Amino acid sequence: MDFSFSEEQQLLRDSVTRFIRQDYTFDTRQKTVTSSEPFNREYWKTFAELGWLLVPFSEDEGGLGGFAVDLIVVMEEFGRGMVVEPLLASAILAGGLIAETGSDDQKHDWLTPLMDGSLQLAFAFAEPQQRFDLGNVATSAEPAGDHYILSGHKTVVLNGGAADAMVVSVSTDSSKPGSVSLLLVDGKASGVTRTSYKTVDGHNAAEVYFDRVRVPRANLLGAESETLPAIEKVIDRATLAICAEAVGAMESALEKTVEYTKTRKQFGVSISTFQALQHRMADMFIECQQARSILMMAAMQLDTSNGAAPKAVSAAKSRIGKAARRVGQEAVQVHGGIGVTDELDVAHLFKRLTAIQYLFGSTDYHTQRFISA
Amino acid sequence: MPALTGHGPARNVRYHCLKRILPGTPSGLHYPSGSGTVHTASSPCLSDKLNNYGGKPQVNNEYTLEEQQFRSQVRQFLQDKLPEDIRRKSLLGMHLEKDDCVRWQKILYQQGWAAVNWPEQHGGTGWTATQKNIFETECALAGAPEVVPFGLKMVAPVIFTFGNEDQKQRFLPDILTSNVWWCQGYSEPNAGSDLASLKTTAHRDGEHYVVNGTKTWTTLAQYADWIFCLVRTGGPQEKNQTAISFLLIDMHSPGISLSPILTVDGYREVNEVHFDNVQVPVENRIGEEGKGWTYAKVLLTHERTNIARVAHSRCQLQRARELASDTVDGHQTLMENPAFAQKFAEIEIELLALEYTELRTLDAIRTGQAPGPESSILKIKGTELAQSIDELHMEIAACGGLPYVPWQLEQDFDGERIGTDSAVNSWLRYFNNRKSSIYGGSNEIQKNIICKAVLGL
Repeated sequence: MDFSFSEEQQLLRDSVTRFIRQDYTFDTRQKTVTSSEPFNREYWKTFAELGWLLVPFSEDEGGLGGFAVDLIVVMEEFGRGMVVEPLLASAILAGGLIAETGSDDQKHDWLTPLMDGSLQLAFAFAEPQQRFDLGNVATSAEPAGDHYILSGHKTVVLNGGAADAMVVSVSTDSSKPGSVSLLLVDGKASGVTRTSYKTVDGHNAAEVYFDRVRVPRANLLGAESETLPAIEKVIDRATLAICAEAVGAMESALEKTVEYTKTRKQFGVSISTFQALQHRMADMFIECQQARSILMMAAMQLDTSNGAAPKAVSAAKSRIGKAARRVGQEAVQVHGGIGVTDELDVAHLFKRLTAIQYLFGSTDYHTQRFISA
Repeated sequence: MPALTGHGPARNVRYHCLKRILPGTPSGLHYPSGSGTVHTASSPCLSDKLNNYGGKPQVNNEYTLEEQQFRSQVRQFLQDKLPEDIRRKSLLGMHLEKDDCVRWQKILYQQGWAAVNWPEQHGGTGWTATQKNIFETECALAGAPEVVPFGLKMVAPVIFTFGNEDQKQRFLPDILTSNVWWCQGYSEPNAGSDLASLKTTAHRDGEHYVVNGTKTWTTLAQYADWIFCLVRTGGPQEKNQTAISFLLIDMHSPGISLSPILTVDGYREVNEVHFDNVQVPVENRIGEEGKGWTYAKVLLTHERTNIARVAHSRCQLQRARELASDTVDGHQTLMENPAFAQKFAEIEIELLALEYTELRTLDAIRTGQAPGPESSILKIKGTELAQSIDELHMEIAACGGLPYVPWQLEQDFDGERIGTDSAVNSWLRYFNNRKSSIYGGSNEIQKNIICKAVLGL
């Protein structure tokens, strides 16, 4: 048994930590979030230069290995800094799907510019009626000669505002419910309209509408109607990634809360001396530790490819969702009035922790998936 | 309503209300009447039968005939007079504009129902605690907004209780008609839970006080014409009971400035109010110098009839049921999802208990026992419940609540709609309403009160 990070992982973590602490301040982040830019493109260049965009990919694909443990090292620090640049949406989700299902040519054409920072991608999967059922796809792609004719509406497409191209989950055969295909679609293709916006936690997203968009058959990823397992696998990795993000965000929220109670004085003493608050911060600490433990468990299961990954990921998402709710709410409550203001970083950690509870399946959903997996 | 005696079964629950919470659901609660039939909306009132049951004292929470008539009158009024646009905003839990609030309060004034807690001589309703409860309940169920409390519910009782005749004549009529908007100046950056440590000073200079300091969390101060403030007229070492005074200050006075504070949902809901050598006429002091703390405490216990916000929660819970029943979740609706249904039921049960805790409090008021530490229970459970209902709404919306597009909730928005209004607002409401367990004496402070005043710790 060895829970310590390798030297490479340690170096990776140090590089991300240094950037988050020195450059990615709360004020800088808020400037990006409140601007009309989807994210800070200079920072994205930095990510590419520092090699972080290689982390989700295997050596064969030109990446660093693509291990889940590497991924959580980066995402945890991103959680602390509440990073809004789209590593998750562009690289882990869309890039992950191309790596999982693409031909050698497709991987070369799309992953190379993705990893060097020059290409933005998104995975358009969510639909208004879908809730958490990835196989419930109404967006249709009818085969027509050497093209597909794509029509439908994808909702809350993460990085949808910035993506040059999108991986879109579609139904190519309405007679086979639950069968899903994947198409690569140029964001500027005729018939694609997008309405972009920021999400409550500061990321960029879009509603994407496809109105009889012609997509070349060569843009099909993997086998027609057979890519649901690949989607589930990639969503599991993305789920693990946001679990790691939550662990970083929770630990940051706890540290800030403890610090605040030491400096805030009421009734002539620091409020950190009140046992009612001390015990709650001890509970937050326990939640953080349990969350970190189950995150490690799930990351290790994902890397061993023994078939237990879906159950392990759901265990992690369920438990971390519960922790994220509690730690986020308590951090706000212990801060008092300042905790519900826009100016306080903890309020934004709370919002991101709330979003993570619902992204890729709510806590309840994953508890139920754990039962049936 | 006789006090709970423990004699005989509690049998006649307010079925009309319950039916409205649980309309036609197979799992709806049914309460047998004394004769073994189900009491329905068309049955005659059973309170007479119950009162005569076996000649023993009965627990009875049926409204009297007069109270039922009053309820019908309130319902009719709401049906006729509540503007639809205000109702929509209120049901969605949106922030109301100044005009929305004033418009509704003026409608209430026209009806003679603006001042629920005032004595009749000043234009109040003179209602009993039960009538007030019926009114608040029906308003919430109909989707009427709560009145802005600072004038009508907070400063007015202080003025008519402790103010002089001049002050009553000068301030009360404009509060009653909602011609003047008031805000509250209590908390300060370093005086939150420990309110008594407030540092804003008022030095006497002839016929004026000169006020310096900063108040914070001042809700909607940007709309306000007047602010009521607790200020320190005594020395820093002096006891609170003699050092704090209650001042009414014109917000247009030179030296007052505002710094907006955005809440977590991005809304300008609160402000810091800065006082820089603000001259306040001595005649704007309520009561005696140094007695402000006493007056404020009276005020804090005065307005507690609707603190649990049971009707508001019930209304939001009913909406959650409707939305969850329309939400597809795999092969069923979300309402049919066992995990969701369990969570929903637990909240519903807690709400039923709180409703009866509130009714017991009303009964205690009716029999002349002043509301004491019960109000702390109502505040804690009321806010916790409202927050858990917010979470239900957030869960129903799921990722549909992620888009931050609050502008589309506005009445005149005619751009492209993202998702549904209820979904995009549900997350914002959840974020915003985390404040409710913090404001008005945080829930931790309320627990301290219970420990001290009830448990004798």
